[in-house]
Amino acid sequence: MNTLACIKRVPETGAKIVLTDDNQAIDTTSLGFTISPHEECGVEEAVQLAEETGGTATVLTLGSPEADEQLRTGIAMGADEAIHLETDGEQWGPRATASAIAEGIEAADESVDLLFFGNESADQENYQVGVRVAHMLGLPVVTGIKNVEIDGDTVVAEREISGGTEVFELPIPAVLTVKEGLNSPRYPSMRSKMQARRAEVATATPERSEANDVEMIELETPERDDSPAEVLGEGPEAAEDVVAVLEELEVI
Amino acid sequence: MVLVLIEHDDGAAIDTTLEAATIARDVAAQEDEPLEAVGFGTVPGDVADELGEYGVDTVFAVTHDDLTDYAPVAWAKSVRELIDDREPSAVIAPGTDRGAETFAHLAAIADLPLAANVVEVDTGGDEGYELTRQRWGGSLLEDARIDAEPNLLTIVPHEVSAEPATEAGEATLESYTPELEEGDFIVQVDRREESDTEGVPIDQARVVVGGGRGVGSAADFDQLEELADLLNGAVGSSRAAVNEGWRPHDDQIGQTGNKIAPELYIPAGISGAVQHWVGCKGSEKVLAINTDPEAAIIGKADYAVIADLHEVVPEINRILKEKHR
Amino acid sequence: MSEKSVPQQAHTVIIGAGIVGTSLAYHLADQGRDDILLVDKGPFPDPGGSTGHASNFVFPIENNKEMAMTTQEAMRQYKSEDLYTTSGGIEVARTEERLDEFERQLDSAAAWGNEAEIISPAEVKEKVPYINEDLVTGGFWEPNAGVVDPLRFGEIKRKAAESMGALQSFANTEVTNIQTENGEVTTVVTDRGSIDCEEVVIAAGLWSPKFAKMAGTEIPLTPAVHQLISVGPIDELEATGEAVGYPIVRDVDTQMYERPSGNDMEVGSYEHRPILWDVEDVPSNEEAALSPTQPPLTEDAFEPSMEHALELMPDVLGDAEIRHAIDGLLSVTPDGMPVVGPLRDVDGLWSCAAIWIKEAPAFAKYTAQWMTRGYPDVDLHQSDVNRFDGYGTSKAFVENRANEGFQKIYDIVHPAEQWQSSRPLRQSGFYNRQADLGAEFFESAGWERPQWFESNADLLETYADEIEPLERPYEWDNRWWSEIILAEHLHMRDNVGMIGDMGFGIFDLVGDDVEAFTQKMAVGRTDVPVGKSVYTPILDPSGGFRSDLTMVRLAEDAYRVITGGGEVGPDKRWFRNHMDDMDVRLIDKTSALGTLGVWGPNARELVDSVAEEDMSDEVFPAYTAQEVTIGEVDAWAFRVSYVGELGWELYAPMEQAGRLWDIIYEAGQEHDVRPVGMGVYGTTGRMEKGYRLYGHELELEYNAAEAGLTFHGVKDADFIGKEAYAQAIEEENAATLCTLSVTDHESSDGVRRFPLGHQPILSPDGEILEDEEGRRSYVTSAGSAPSLGKHLLMAYLPQEYAEEGQDLQVSYMGDTYPVTVERVGSKPLFDPENERIFS
Repeated sequence: MNTLACIKRVPETGAKIVLTDDNQAIDTTSLGFTISPHEECGVEEAVQLAEETGGTATVLTLGSPEADEQLRTGIAMGADEAIHLETDGEQWGPRATASAIAEGIEAADESVDLLFFGNESADQENYQVGVRVAHMLGLPVVTGIKNVEIDGDTVVAEREISGGTEVFELPIPAVLTVKEGLNSPRYPSMRSKMQARRAEVATATPERSEANDVEMIELETPERDDSPAEVLGEGPEAAEDVVAVLEELEVI
Repeated sequence: MVLVLIEHDDGAAIDTTLEAATIARDVAAQEDEPLEAVGFGTVPGDVADELGEYGVDTVFAVTHDDLTDYAPVAWAKSVRELIDDREPSAVIAPGTDRGAETFAHLAAIADLPLAANVVEVDTGGDEGYELTRQRWGGSLLEDARIDAEPNLLTIVPHEVSAEPATEAGEATLESYTPELEEGDFIVQVDRREESDTEGVPIDQARVVVGGGRGVGSAADFDQLEELADLLNGAVGSSRAAVNEGWRPHDDQIGQTGNKIAPELYIPAGISGAVQHWVGCKGSEKVLAINTDPEAAIIGKADYAVIADLHEVVPEINRILKEKHR
Repeated sequence: MSEKSVPQQAHTVIIGAGIVGTSLAYHLADQGRDDILLVDKGPFPDPGGSTGHASNFVFPIENNKEMAMTTQEAMRQYKSEDLYTTSGGIEVARTEERLDEFERQLDSAAAWGNEAEIISPAEVKEKVPYINEDLVTGGFWEPNAGVVDPLRFGEIKRKAAESMGALQSFANTEVTNIQTENGEVTTVVTDRGSIDCEEVVIAAGLWSPKFAKMAGTEIPLTPAVHQLISVGPIDELEATGEAVGYPIVRDVDTQMYERPSGNDMEVGSYEHRPILWDVEDVPSNEEAALSPTQPPLTEDAFEPSMEHALELMPDVLGDAEIRHAIDGLLSVTPDGMPVVGPLRDVDGLWSCAAIWIKEAPAFAKYTAQWMTRGYPDVDLHQSDVNRFDGYGTSKAFVENRANEGFQKIYDIVHPAEQWQSSRPLRQSGFYNRQADLGAEFFESAGWERPQWFESNADLLETYADEIEPLERPYEWDNRWWSEIILAEHLHMRDNVGMIGDMGFGIFDLVGDDVEAFTQKMAVGRTDVPVGKSVYTPILDPSGGFRSDLTMVRLAEDAYRVITGGGEVGPDKRWFRNHMDDMDVRLIDKTSALGTLGVWGPNARELVDSVAEEDMSDEVFPAYTAQEVTIGEVDAWAFRVSYVGELGWELYAPMEQAGRLWDIIYEAGQEHDVRPVGMGVYGTTGRMEKGYRLYGHELELEYNAAEAGLTFHGVKDADFIGKEAYAQAIEEENAATLCTLSVTDHESSDGVRRFPLGHQPILSPDGEILEDEEGRRSYVTSAGSAPSLGKHLLMAYLPQEYAEEGQDLQVSYMGDTYPVTVERVGSKPLFDPENERIFS
């Protein structure tokens, strides 16, 4: 089974985000970059399935030349192929992103049986790219998945609901958008990292679609909730209040 | 007209729906238009009444023979049909799993832009709506513009408060049957399964109780084990406790151990050094138990108990056990 | 988190709650401070500084005595809290040159009292089974190496000080300003209120420069990246069940280390290109993804290190997952040493920064002593924050030297190795003339000083017979050295030489109370007539050496103080600290005056020929000073000599120094005057005369009697350290500074070797000498004495060995060499009656 995981290069931020002077972007001067956490799980799942079935796992990204780093992380995690849809680094809207990815996947040499997306990207949170791509490719899709099983030509995908899961069965080929917790993504090893640095990455430069989309005006950082932790009490008397919070959080 | 997607459960609208309805009413008021709602399955009268209080005039209850359970494409197509019928200027959904999924399909099918994670809408922009949406889990806000017919928006759950209209109205309940095809049900909930909570692994547990140096010994982890059992959770530990030999390395939470993202993390006797925090910062809520009010973990937690875990944890367990009975 | 506000007053405020700040709080409390406030912008116990990501291991052996001593003390403290895990450590060599360095380290280990052993590749493999021994040429085994837990240590110390009632601690409290008034700290302003205080310690690691700036001064350090990753799980480590399952490996030739930690291996590197940060770019605790000092790994920089780690430990490192990878930020100073002590220009403001985990509790203890009683137990002059005074505090300098020094962290550094960056920085008025004459410049306190002159190579033939026995065939011994130094020396002794500039620190003390003040500071009597000079030790209250310097009385109410260029900052601080309410002002002349020494039997004839004044011994006796005019240049002449010759130091306004050089040089042609370098001034001339050098022979651990500097006797006037000094004279010395000569230079390989300093002195039986106070004998200075035809060593010897003619041995890089005690005490070996100086 051939799999593909779409990943996105995002900065690793702390609790407080600093913006560039023009409020158009995050100031990433002192930040590192990573793959969105949901997508790391997507890569892990794609790699595991390809390993189990003897297929090819591909990682794909749309992003700046620097996103090469994340593709290589994907390779170091076990992906066999990498496709880089290179942009000038400008943030693309979800519609343009989805079109470019769909075209990129269609143009790829090998057909793909299962496509993994993050349920939403860590930085943009548009909740739609995977679904749009599925529609463009004419594939069934289900979102927010935290467990995946293959049963012949069917993928059994589970989504968490209060007190349990709801189960979807989709015919393969299909698209799944996944959430952190699906699996424990492996960390690359030193050796796989070294090998990944020498791997080849297929590169294309897609056209940016002009479709009407949500347009960013500017960014702002919210009034921070600096409020300290709500102190429920001191000493053993606090137990009652703790239980009340447990109830409120519905974890009992 | 402004249309809001509703979800209901056990004869009541769920709270995220009421939050979305609150925003939708505001949008409708700005547009000077009525507010209508669309729900799936049999919508009980109580729900319609509740929505009436939130300013909804009409509730369309979508029913279809094949629509036996949640099916995102079928939901999206139904809303699409209703849009064609009713021509709303905005369609709004709660940003729940279903709301977000349905609207992603809707946007794809209708070839429309979709603004997700919205917290505020100003319909009077020069070009379309000016809105504020959350990003980065709420640590960043984006002011954005959307200009389509209609504008599709999803609302961040639990960020805006649900407020009934100042003048309560009454919602009319109308049944609506869309034209759906077989293909629209390819993706539909097949079955539900109860979660199996026995021996849940630490990186999949909904609740994790963590113990650190403050626990004091391997034996004292019993209290934390009991608490975790009562909450169907798992026990983890800081590196210090592993180094002391109190816990196996498998339990370790931190940069060189497990990374967890439970709904609730309860670190007890853990000071919260960076190495540890890296492993648990994905937790939705953190309830810290520590004797030191200046401990790092207190600064990062949502809830704090300033107490000796040896005193407070048995007390919590006692209360929980009573409740179980 | 608590929102309590800070108290409005405290005696002491410590900024920074890392390992240094917390330990310091404890030691201050322990030594009697009872009103201390500890603040940090981050949370406890890991506020986000370098302590939180340190590699936490301790290798006790250091070539530097100050570092060796502080490491030992820190180990004692960690052990007393049971936070020291002894794992042993191995430095592995990949080259032959490194094996030589291991021999040198063995000498250092012996000199400062540490255990170590050189082991074979097979023995390395035995201790660390997963190592690829094919790459290894040998190992340096330190059985006492281990790992500490600094966060825990800091927490224990903080709590201890709190429970003594001496300390209040405030996490999440940001210092926004440090206010001063009349050059004194008054208030620390925080986001939780202002604190009026008497003293402030900046123990803020890489943020320290920011706080110094708030108070209007400078702490020269820069944040720099130390890359490290953590990989695991590793079965071999897991199987041991230990926190540190195998010895820590330092792969020194690739500047890396591999430290087992549970079932993980931490792989750290100093190999990568230097990556410096601007402190302003370091994110806040809230902005940082992990911690302000743990930005993500710069991957491309780490690549060579990964390859090196993989080839050294392929079996365990290859497939283990990289679980953590950071560019750990730490503090780097221009010379790699800490920056500690009272800041020179703000009273009540202290620095305690750029300190490794392995020394931190010790520096905390000694700084606390320094603060509470005026001096530390262990000499910290190499770490004095004021040592860069006047030249080395700029950002550019700090960055250049940090870039250069970063690569030396595990490198083999020759004791005379010169810095290359930020040069030339301080050029005396003679610089261009010297450069034209082929000067080989060394740098000291920023000054460019010729070490020798290639233009004097012709003298090698003249003095071939004298030089031959002192030629150094071994490359290590002759690195940063030239036999021309010997030739210059001999020429000066026979004719005349000119040496300039010596890079002195010069300051004048002026005011009505200046005599009383200098009396209080100096061991020697300063109530001398105008024009007279006093060479004097400067002691701390314990009788240890704070400095040694020369004072010349310029007028009834004025003295000129001449000290070492690197000592001027600390000395100025020391003097200012003791002015109290006396009418004394300090005026720094260091950069205003160029100093030209003219020395040798023909010096008088030469100077007299160009001076307007009479330079005869009757009119201008030794150890006096006068205003003179040399050609067109008005100069201040001081008849003194550190090389033991007749002659003068001529101090001219810096802009006329070049002219002064030309006048002397031209007039001197008649006497074949030669420019002479610091190799003569600082070593060969000095060693022959038995002159002591601060920081080598003179330091806090030894008193004036032991150093043989009691020629002043005990004057009537009070002075700092008088009681201890008088007692030292009365008591029998535990050790005495002696001059020894090497009697056979031939190594076991048949090569003539010349010890360069810091080696242990052994008894004839090969035992390391140790005095009754537990101080081991080691070579404090070493240098050839061409006029004596000998290679001399200075060392403090226990009384029973301090006898002229006593035969001993010196250990040097794997061999021992016979030495004999030539002189006990300070009487010179060359011209013992100083006839030349007084001629």
